[in-house]
Amino acid sequence: MLKVRVIPTLLWKNFGLVKGIGFDSWRRVGPVLPAVKVYNSRDVDELILVDITACQEGHAPDHVSVSDFSEECAVPFTVGGGVTNLEQIVSLLHAGADKISINTAAYTDTTLIETAANRLGAQCVVASIDALRFDDGRYFCYSHSGKVDTGKDPVEWARELAGRGAGEILLTSIDRDGTMLGYDLELVERVAKVVDIPVIASGGAGCYQHMIDVVKKAGASAVAAASIFHFTEQTPACAKAAMQEAGIPVRKNFISPVNQ
Amino acid sequence: MTVAIINYGMGNLASVRKAFEDIGAEVQITSDPNAIRDANRIVLPGVGAFCEGMERLGDAGLLDILHEAVIKQRKPLLGICLGMQMLASQGFEGGRTNGLDFIPGTVQRLDALSCTLRIPHVGWNEVKYRCEDALFDGIPESSDFYFVHSYAFIPECNDHLIATTSYGCEIPVVIRNENVFGCQFHPEKSSKAGRQLLINFLRYIPTSLC
Repeated sequence: MLKVRVIPTLLWKNFGLVKGIGFDSWRRVGPVLPAVKVYNSRDVDELILVDITACQEGHAPDHVSVSDFSEECAVPFTVGGGVTNLEQIVSLLHAGADKISINTAAYTDTTLIETAANRLGAQCVVASIDALRFDDGRYFCYSHSGKVDTGKDPVEWARELAGRGAGEILLTSIDRDGTMLGYDLELVERVAKVVDIPVIASGGAGCYQHMIDVVKKAGASAVAAASIFHFTEQTPACAKAAMQEAGIPVRKNFISPVNQ
Repeated sequence: MTVAIINYGMGNLASVRKAFEDIGAEVQITSDPNAIRDANRIVLPGVGAFCEGMERLGDAGLLDILHEAVIKQRKPLLGICLGMQMLASQGFEGGRTNGLDFIPGTVQRLDALSCTLRIPHVGWNEVKYRCEDALFDGIPESSDFYFVHSYAFIPECNDHLIATTSYGCEIPVVIRNENVFGCQFHPEKSSKAGRQLLINFLRYIPTSLC
């Protein structure tokens, strides 16, 4: 049986990592490389790195830096931000990324996800959706790091992206992002119901119970989180221990034998 | 300890190189017969389709030297993912293609094994041992390893099957024929359990060389 994953998300802005609230009010949280090393040494299930300036400034993630980061990453490594074409995807995979997350380009280039999935395999194509909940309960997808309302409904959009061949959906709630108030269970549940590919819930984790809830109540296959790991004492390993106690299949952390 | 990672143009080799360097090996990414002949260990990595992989091994002139190093010199070889699959007699991805035939068996798509779950099989899954093996020293039974694959190696002989995983069916995931090892998962992406497996591979000494 496949394991439910706990994935720290690293947001990369200019030369360091940041974390914001609602895709805004960025706080600097330190340099990238040591963070990758620390998470790697703590035996996390996977890492997601998103260059949040790449899209706004119109450049692809810097594959030279990605290559430095991936060298320190002995777990699956997802890279995103500013990816607009197949060449960039190939160059990031060559730089050591295992999966590429595509968000804005999926709206503008309707063939990119399909082409990438056909050429490189669905397993390396992560379709990222940033969704905002309105007061009337409706949801809309936003592109360009949460700046542009695309008018699309996340449920329909997820179905379409899965149909184009995406291997996973990374689903982020813009309004929960950084609040630590819990994942948007309704959003995740609606999307997870209509696609048969894994949905990674993102945005809002503030305690382990939030992670348990989004898996058990909303059907997420993985939980991504940032603030909880940056700003509290809570860790991915303890999150998994709590999830295991709640009956969720998680990957056991490996204890190194003393004789190494 | 020198490790020759076979370079035949399939997949990113940086993480495999880094994983072996981290455990103290001297690594060469190479397609040079002399480097392969001189290495203590051979690693055949790879991501992609069976038929293209075999074609590229052939184009790079690697078939003879691999045969010499593995069968005649009896060097320990570890095949990873596609590299494991190509150890088989025959594969069916991209058309029926002969493999290296170091371990008798065929490579078939997961749904041909009556796996009903989504393909590719991607993610962390538990590895169950069928027998004791030096490759698993210090790795607890049912440890999780990272998988990305749509095809699986079906060994002809049960004695060559070392470990399996469950994914809608039992999938052979570690195979071994004397000095030839293969793992379907990616040890270089399997964090500490993967690291220990690579350490064990370096520590393994073929009996004929004792």
